[in-house]
Amino acid sequence: MLKYLTPLFLFIILAVFLGIGLKLNPKDIPSPLIGRPVPEFNLPILSMSEKKLSPSSLKGRVWLLNVWASWCVSCRAEHPIVNQLAKKNVVTIIGLNYKDEPENAKRWLSMLGDPYNASIVDYDGRTGIDFGVYGVPETFIIDKQGIIRHKHTGPITEDDLENSILPIINKLEKESIQ
Amino acid sequence: MKPFDSFGNKSTSDHWIRFFFNVFFFALLLIRVSYAGVEYHEFKQPEQEQQYKTLIKELRCLVCQNQTIADSNADLAKDLRQQVYEMLLQGKNRKQIVDYMLARYGDFVLYRPPLKGKTMLLWAGPIIFLFLGLLMLFLYIRKKRANEPEGLNQQQHEKISQLLEQDND
Repeated sequence: MLKYLTPLFLFIILAVFLGIGLKLNPKDIPSPLIGRPVPEFNLPILSMSEKKLSPSSLKGRVWLLNVWASWCVSCRAEHPIVNQLAKKNVVTIIGLNYKDEPENAKRWLSMLGDPYNASIVDYDGRTGIDFGVYGVPETFIIDKQGIIRHKHTGPITEDDLENSILPIINKLEKESIQ
Repeated sequence: MKPFDSFGNKSTSDHWIRFFFNVFFFALLLIRVSYAGVEYHEFKQPEQEQQYKTLIKELRCLVCQNQTIADSNADLAKDLRQQVYEMLLQGKNRKQIVDYMLARYGDFVLYRPPLKGKTMLLWAGPIIFLFLGLLMLFLYIRKKRANEPEGLNQQQHEKISQLLEQDND
């Protein structure tokens, strides 16, 4: 009896492992930046290029950094969700316009709506490297102390917004500034 | 100029066309090379160049995950190569550059995963499986041996030869 059952058990074990493997997202690489201070930057703002923005001016509030580009197809898919989040008015949303032509970026925003409190221009992708960006769109949630608390790789879906992004924002909003 | 003169010979303009055609094709070849290859970087010392070449072969391109940044043509790989190059020129050593990448992209950026609790199975896996295989082989052989019918004893041998001899008569 055991002789016939052994291959069956082996098969079940293998199938379970393969099944788990199928469910894992290879693009979802844990970021070493979570729990760390947000990388320093001082980048021009897309809509008024003479002005610059750095993380220090955002201290004391929960903010979201959404990495986007006009050449990025998934960003287009994600954009209505970001618009939806902006309408709720619960969090400061900063766009990181990654390796994009400012003209194209401006046109893109005027066409699809601008959910960002400000978009900063990372023309050569240096700040992108500091944030460990490897697949646009990516979204970081930064707490009041300026610590990165969450990273979402790939487009945010409606489900992600309701079940992960919004709850985290709510939780971080309740934390007090030390 | 007409392509053929009145005697039907090819005119000089035809040679020129061929010449430009060749130049054009040669130029095309050059373009292809510059697309497929890695950017041209100038180093002051040959050791630095060597370091650059080893480093870009050890860092993973996170966009196309089964390629190193040396192999990949992705935009990010290009940026990371540039970053490695600039850091080498600034006099940063190998460890500083690897740490810089680790701080931003995590262990996954290393093509050879570090030996850690989390990666233990990855490193020990092949040895464990080899051991399991050898164990199974050993058990199988032992079982086979145990089941083998025992040879004939002395008496039985004698009986056989007796019978054979009787037959011969």
